[in-house]
Formats: sequence, C-alpha cells, structure tokens
Amino acid sequence: MKVVNNRAWFLVLPVFAIVAFSAILPIMTVVNYSVQDTFGNNQFFWNGVGWFQDLLDPSKELGGRFFDALWRNLLFSAIILAIEVPLGIAVALAMPREGWKVAACLVLMALPLLIPWNVVGTIWQIFARGDIGLLGWTVNRLGIDFNYTGHTLDAWITIIVMDVWHWTSLVALLCYAGLKSIPDAYYQAARIDGASRWAVFRTIQLPKMRRVLLIAVLLRFMDSFMIYTEPFVLTGGGPGNATTFVSIDLVKLALGQFDLGKAAAMSIVYNLIILVVCWIFYTVMTNADADRERVEA
Amino acid sequence: MARITLDHLAHAYGPAPKGPQDYALKEIDHVWEQGGAYALLGPSGCGKTTLLNIISGLVRPSRGRILFDDRDVTDLPTEARNIAQVFQFPVVYDTMTVRENLAFPLKNRHVPADRTAARAEEIARLLDLTRVLDRKARNLTADMKQKISLGRGLVRSDVAAILFDEPLTVIDPHLKWQLRSTLKEIHRLLDITMIYVTHDQTEALTFADKVVVMHDGAVVQTGTPEELFERPAHTFVGHFIGSPGMNVLPCRVDGATAYLDNEAIKLLRAYPALRQGQRIELGIRPEFVQLQPKGFGFPARVRRIDDIGRARIARVEMAGRAMSASVPDNVSVTGDEAALFFDTRHVHIYADGHLMAGEPVRRPAS
Repeated sequence: MKVVNNRAWFLVLPVFAIVAFSAILPIMTVVNYSVQDTFGNNQFFWNGVGWFQDLLDPSKELGGRFFDALWRNLLFSAIILAIEVPLGIAVALAMPREGWKVAACLVLMALPLLIPWNVVGTIWQIFARGDIGLLGWTVNRLGIDFNYTGHTLDAWITIIVMDVWHWTSLVALLCYAGLKSIPDAYYQAARIDGASRWAVFRTIQLPKMRRVLLIAVLLRFMDSFMIYTEPFVLTGGGPGNATTFVSIDLVKLALGQFDLGKAAAMSIVYNLIILVVCWIFYTVMTNADADRERVEA
Repeated sequence: MARITLDHLAHAYGPAPKGPQDYALKEIDHVWEQGGAYALLGPSGCGKTTLLNIISGLVRPSRGRILFDDRDVTDLPTEARNIAQVFQFPVVYDTMTVRENLAFPLKNRHVPADRTAARAEEIARLLDLTRVLDRKARNLTADMKQKISLGRGLVRSDVAAILFDEPLTVIDPHLKWQLRSTLKEIHRLLDITMIYVTHDQTEALTFADKVVVMHDGAVVQTGTPEELFERPAHTFVGHFIGSPGMNVLPCRVDGATAYLDNEAIKLLRAYPALRQGQRIELGIRPEFVQLQPKGFGFPARVRRIDDIGRARIARVEMAGRAMSASVPDNVSVTGDEAALFFDTRHVHIYADGHLMAGEPVRRPAS
C-alpha cells in the first residue's frame, strides 16, 4: 500500500500567508466595499450589486463617466499602438547592425525608458507650455494657437506625442532583438531569390518578429490602458474631462470623492477587463507556440 | 549553364592584408566545368564557405576575377548571377506554402504566373514534394525544408550552378543518405554544376566526381576520390581523408631507400632532389600496411586492435612511432610482438608536407 503523507503541504503555508496579505485580503476588502454604501462615521450599508448595475449602465451618472473614460482609454491605446508599433519597427530596421554605433544607439534608446513617469509628465508639461516651453512657444510663434490646457485636441496631441516619445524605444528594442535573431542565411537566400526590400520585410523580417511584436503590443496595451501618472501630471485629466482615463477617474472617485463603494466596483470591472485582455493574449501566444512545437516534433 | 572560372582569386576580410596570414582565402586558380559535381572539402575555418560566398556573390573578393563562361561577374550582385545556394540551416519562407516558396524566385523575376505555377509543380515532382505542395513550409521536417531550398534554386531554368553549404548538418542521419542520393539523381537529370561544401569526407567522396580539398585558406589538392586516396598531394590530405588517416612518419631518404631509424624501406622511386633542412616524411595508408606475425616484416609492437566493422585496424608502434595498420582476416597475432609489411607501391615521400614525384630508379648496369 502506498503511504500518503500530506504534511508536505505545510511547506506552502509561507507562500499562502504572503499572497493572502499582499493580494487576497486587499482584493476581498475591495470586493467588500463594492457591495456596500458608506456614510460618514464608518457606517456601512448593504447595497448588493447596485454599484455594478449603475456602473455598467451608461444612462446612469456612474456608468456614463465610466464608459466615457473607458472609450477615451481605448481610443488612446489604439492611437498609440497605431503609431508606436510601425514607428518602432521602422526604427529597429534603421538601427545599425554592428560596431560602436549599436551600443550608442541602444543607450540612447534606453534613456527615455529610464525616466520616471512623473518626471516625463513634468518635462512635457513645461516643454509644451506656450509661454516658457520650447515646443509650445515655437508652435505658437509659427502662428498655430496651441494650448494643451485649454484645447481638447491639443491636450490629446501632447499626451500622445509624450507617450510616443517615452515608449517607442521599447517597441524598437524588442523588434531589434527579433531582427538580430534572424540568421544571415535568410537574407542571403532572399538575395539569391531576387527578393525586393519590401518582400524581404514581408516574408522574412515581419514573420520572424511576430512573437516579439505580440509581446510589444501586449506591453504597450497594458501600459497605456492603465496610464495614470503622465496625463495626471500633464493635464490633470482636463481640459474638462477630455483626458480623464479610467485610472484617473478611479482615483478621483476613490480618493477625491471618497465614494468607496462605487470606486471598488469600478476597480473590479477595470481589473476584469485587464484579465480578459491578458487571457486573450496568452491564448494567442500559446497557440502560436503549440504551432511551433508541432513543427519541431 | 556555365563553366565557372576562378582567376587569381583571393580574399581577406580585413581592410589592408599585409601577408598571406591575413588572407582567409589564399590565391586560387580553378575551373569548375559545366555539369560537374564538385565537393569542397576541408575542416572548419579553412575558407571553403568564403569561397562559396564569393562564387554566389555574397562576398566580393579582394583580388582576382570570377568568370561564368567568359563573362566577368566579379562585380555583379548575387541576384544578377544565375546561382542558387542551399544553406547549412534550411531557409524557407515561414508564412508561405511549399508551392509559394517554390514560386517565389520566379515571382520576384516577374515570370508569368502560369509558367511559374507549371514550373513549381514540375520541380515539386522532381523533389517528391507534390504531396505537401499546399502545406505551410514551416510545418515540415528539416529534410523537406532543405528540399524546398534546393527547389527554389532549381525552379529557375537559367540556373548555372547550385552551391551547397553543408546542407546535411541538421538532417537526421538516416535521411542524410536519402537526401544525398536525391541530389545525385538531380545532378544526373539536370546537368547542372553542383558545388558541395562539407567537412565530412564521406559526404564529399560519395557526392562528388571531383573533390577540392582546402586547408588553411588554400587548395591543397583537386582530384577524384581515388586520386585523393591513393596519391594525396599533401600530408594534410592524407590525414584528412581516410579513416583512420594516412600514417605520416618522419624519416630519412637516401636515394631509393627510406630509413625509419634503422629500418630500411626500399622505395620504387629515387628522391635525389630532396634538400638538406626539409622536413622529410614517409606516408602510407593503413590499408597498405599489413600486420603480420613476428618475423615477417619490420618489427613492431601492437598497442591494440580496433574492429571498425568492415576491417580490423591495429594501432602499433614501429621504431618509436605510432601508426595504424590493417589486420588481414587470416592473421592472428598473439602477444604484442608483431611485424609490419609495407606495400611499397603505395609508399609516398613528402618534403615539407608536399608529395615528391621522385625519379625512376636507375638499376645498376649488370
């Protein structure tokens, strides 16, 4: 008979304790808030799924502002992905392949990635000002009325340019790593086959970069979907609510208005959206891997 | 279809080569005849891939010219030469089907679609790829992928030569043989010059009509497999080809006699041209040295006997020098005392590594 000893499970206890304190308990607190309404003096009242109903109904005040922020967020993510991914690929293709220039390029490209978010926000807040900022002043002197604190479009342009400035190098570095992994023989074979520059890109470089591109898109999507610090520092969500993304709205709701119940419901839905997107990416990537493994077998 | 002439070709990767040591490829003059099956054989780093890349135009030689028939193509880019190349690691276009892969070179050259399609199918039939024509190329095994690479070369009807750069490296052993026979078969059918780079002597000797042996950036011998085996022009060829390689023993030669210490070996030719200070060596393949019982030849000490399947090879010591000898089936040696019998027709004399021709022995007048 096989002797079963379950005492080994005790070894999991420390991990369980850490996870409980760092994740499970805080989440349960949020879940707890999301089903209650709070008044002063720490009085809580049971509200069931009321906040969730409000949140997911665009005709309600809460739902309206949530969906506005959500669409703004998705639009923002779509725009920066549409700019940063092609631009990152182009930069990676233009990067030198050998010599001291490689190191120089890599260092320069890594610089924006090393700057803290709030510093990036501050840099652009000043840079884009019409009175003392080099960019804002120059654009205004060209005769264009540029004012990111007053005009919605200008605020969006500034935030997008800032994000592109901050994060394109990440996409470029990932693509560069993908390009470097292509053996020379592929390029040589393509030359022998008489492939044009475009055909080389389409048939060799792009397929070989597929995996890193997927990761780049995932990282950039997640990062832009949870963007907070930079627009908070730059525009504070304004003008009006024009650049209020979900995270900014959430902080306003939770810490500004101290509506803990609404904010808890919103953060849970926000979390679920991110989980779903992660799951989709994960599935796509593992499917691609499985495809590859079938080849090896 | 073309004859490929290498005219005083040399290549250095550095910008300003000073002496011969800076050349990855030392000066070479060679003609690859139309329709020949050649192997370029040598150890890693001997310059054979450089030479191959010069022929295909991926590398521009530092000196010399390369001619296809009588046309100077030294400055032509790869795509303007009628060359196909199969690389060490299979190159297929991942996103395309096998059919699209085969059609790719023709599509790039703007061949009409119907001609392209017909040609792709014809080549697929030739390479036994018809079954998988519509499958994605990346889902196939390595040997299939190599066939596709080859096929992309063959579809171009104007292709003058196909270059193979160690194409069987990543192929499973039991499929290597099969793929190699496919190559031979295609060579017979299509009358295309094939140049096959390898460091594996079996591959070279079974594939090629003519083997070019390279060592340290230079061609040391060009010949048929028999010539390389029977008359290695350089001790390197003797070592490199054959398994085990040729015995190369330092010796002293006086007229038509070679001395290994005190053992005198009568030679069929005389070598009066040997100069003082040259490194003189005697070369003989293990196949032509027979192990005999003690007393039937030069005394030797047996270290061990290896059974290598088709033959038995004795590792022996003679006059203080380690060498290999073949063990005839009917011979059995007890103890470690034995004798060696040299087949003098296959004894070669080398000076500083190079084969010496020697002169016929003048018999004393009688």
